[in-house]
Amino acid sequence: MSNAAQQFLEAAGTITRNLRHRGLIQTALRKYEVARDRKKSAFNDWSSARQSAAETKWDAINHLDTYLTEFTSKIEARGTKVHWCPTGPEARDTIRGIIRDAKAKCVVKSKAMTAEEIHLNEALEKDGFEVVESDLGEFIVQLRKEPPYHIVFPAMHLTRDEISDLFERELGSSPTREPEELTMIARRALRRKYIQADVGITGANFAIAETGMVSITENEGNARLTAALPRVMITLLGIEKILPKLEDLALFLPLLATAGAGQTVTGYNTLYGGPRQPGESDGPVEWHVVLLDNRRTELLADPEQRDALHCIRCGACLNVCPIFRNVGGHTYGTTYSGPVGSVITPHLRGLQDWKHLSNASSLCGACTEACPVKIDLHHHLLQNRRNAIGETPSWIERLAWRAHAFVINTPALYQFGQEVARIVEPLRLRLQGTPLDPVRSWTRTRDLPPVAPESFKEWWRNRR
Amino acid sequence: MNVTLFIPCFVDSCFPQVGMHMVRILERLGHRVTCPEAVACCGQPAFNSGYWDEARMVAGKTLHHLRDAEAVVIASGSCGAMLKVFYPQLYAGRPEEAAAQRLSEHTWEFSDFLVSKLGVTDLGARFPAKVTFHDGCHGLRELGIKSGPRKLLEKVRDLELVEMSDAETCCGFGGTFAAKFPMISTAMGEVKCASAADTGAEYMVSNDSSCLMHLQGLLSRQGKPLKTLHLAQILDSQ
Repeated sequence: MSNAAQQFLEAAGTITRNLRHRGLIQTALRKYEVARDRKKSAFNDWSSARQSAAETKWDAINHLDTYLTEFTSKIEARGTKVHWCPTGPEARDTIRGIIRDAKAKCVVKSKAMTAEEIHLNEALEKDGFEVVESDLGEFIVQLRKEPPYHIVFPAMHLTRDEISDLFERELGSSPTREPEELTMIARRALRRKYIQADVGITGANFAIAETGMVSITENEGNARLTAALPRVMITLLGIEKILPKLEDLALFLPLLATAGAGQTVTGYNTLYGGPRQPGESDGPVEWHVVLLDNRRTELLADPEQRDALHCIRCGACLNVCPIFRNVGGHTYGTTYSGPVGSVITPHLRGLQDWKHLSNASSLCGACTEACPVKIDLHHHLLQNRRNAIGETPSWIERLAWRAHAFVINTPALYQFGQEVARIVEPLRLRLQGTPLDPVRSWTRTRDLPPVAPESFKEWWRNRR
Repeated sequence: MNVTLFIPCFVDSCFPQVGMHMVRILERLGHRVTCPEAVACCGQPAFNSGYWDEARMVAGKTLHHLRDAEAVVIASGSCGAMLKVFYPQLYAGRPEEAAAQRLSEHTWEFSDFLVSKLGVTDLGARFPAKVTFHDGCHGLRELGIKSGPRKLLEKVRDLELVEMSDAETCCGFGGTFAAKFPMISTAMGEVKCASAADTGAEYMVSNDSSCLMHLQGLLSRQGKPLKTLHLAQILDSQ
């Protein structure tokens, strides 16, 4: 078992017994479902909208080479510098270089899961730069020195009281339970940073090939300030963020808002086309767009699971996933948690180390049903399981499944097995609750039904 | 119609009454029921564990015995999904592909067979109790079974059907998942049982004994009064 798998099991064991966590997350995500369903009903036909979005992303991903070139040539024509980065370390080094060249001290950043993926903040802080997260949720988890809990709601695991305590401890504010006041405390701390910062780093929701523009969606206006106030702007995005046409946003913006947060449209949706142009009075002087591959092209080469690159990081699959709802975001130990994280992490970080996430699923399919771009998520988990076994089969397990097949396929043995189970049942009940119980993983929390005195097949035979 | 009933291994061993009720219901409707003794398992446990070669060792025998059946009726949405949805994938590009495809088209989960194939909803049953229905995920999402079981329950005399919140949320069984990740499986089951108990129902009913085995196991261990029942048991009550 990999270290990651061991950590997952331990963390899951602890948090699933935490009833406070369970209540908090279940309540929050039930409210999300109500809001999402209300907004879904505003679409004439939600399933056609999903189908259309899936086809658009299919086109984008299957012609990624063409669309990326179109995007970069358009964006470079307006004076943007594009950096192609095959790996995380290369993207990190590129960004460090830009910040050093800008002679920056303070960096302000809006929400970007891609930055989490390449561990950007740690690298920049190691270089001595001050990095400030400007998204409220990210700001909170940064103060707590922990990774985001959820790709869209980074601090959803915290109550207002916990946030108030944190602000009191870290920022010296007075305690309050009012969300507005908590927001104002963060705003006062952040406004100063926007003005001090020399460099702003953003992520991106979509990159429009047709017009050479980056679309950023947010609810707080912090990404606008991050992009507009500092002298240098850096946008880090995965190469799969491409959409072919500007008009695609007419579907994707409401789709993202509805599926992700149960909103009609997100509060702020901004298109960025280039740095400050001659004659313009504001905006960044330099704009760097950092395109990250980081094994996305390897996923692209897998025809079975290529559609995982359709993902628009809305978080809908996390929100409906009963596993996520019970283990929470931190247990996964990955940048991308929930079903989509379980699907793509083995591709991004290695199948053998991360295959346990594909096993940690009841394959219920709620994720696939919720996905606005129709990624076949739960079937990809099945494929990951098969691929992991194909690479390195466990001979003990293989032998066990062969033995199972042999017994099941031999009626006399199968019946003998039932008979043995009946005979040993009193002994098994005596062992229940002890380390000698052979089915302890079941019986620790659940009763096990005994084999019936007369099986269906015995009844059927006697009846005839 | 000649109906070939497929009783999966765990139903055969632990819940034989579910199969018996199905036989009685189908025979009462005038169908000739057969039950091939050689067929015991659909092969899903090995398939879901990633061992597709070993899954074919089991599935091959099932396919062989059921391939020419007029209609296969199966006592579990999950095993039904294995035959209908996953056999064609398991045998894609293999000599058995056409047979797997044919079997897929002729396989029905029990409640779906009654409602969609036979067009029957009223079986003349009477069951004086308040019940809530749990949608098994494979039946719901792989086979698209949602309204059928409810139509059947609505026609049962003296039965009050109440919907729980999160009826479509997984109960946490998930086959080998329940044993490999018992702590997550248990938490999911507790959430499900709480939703069902909140309705005030006396019984949580489902068309999948595998979900019910897990849920009843939890309820019994925790000493909860809520009971689980398979749909067939209610439909055969007088």
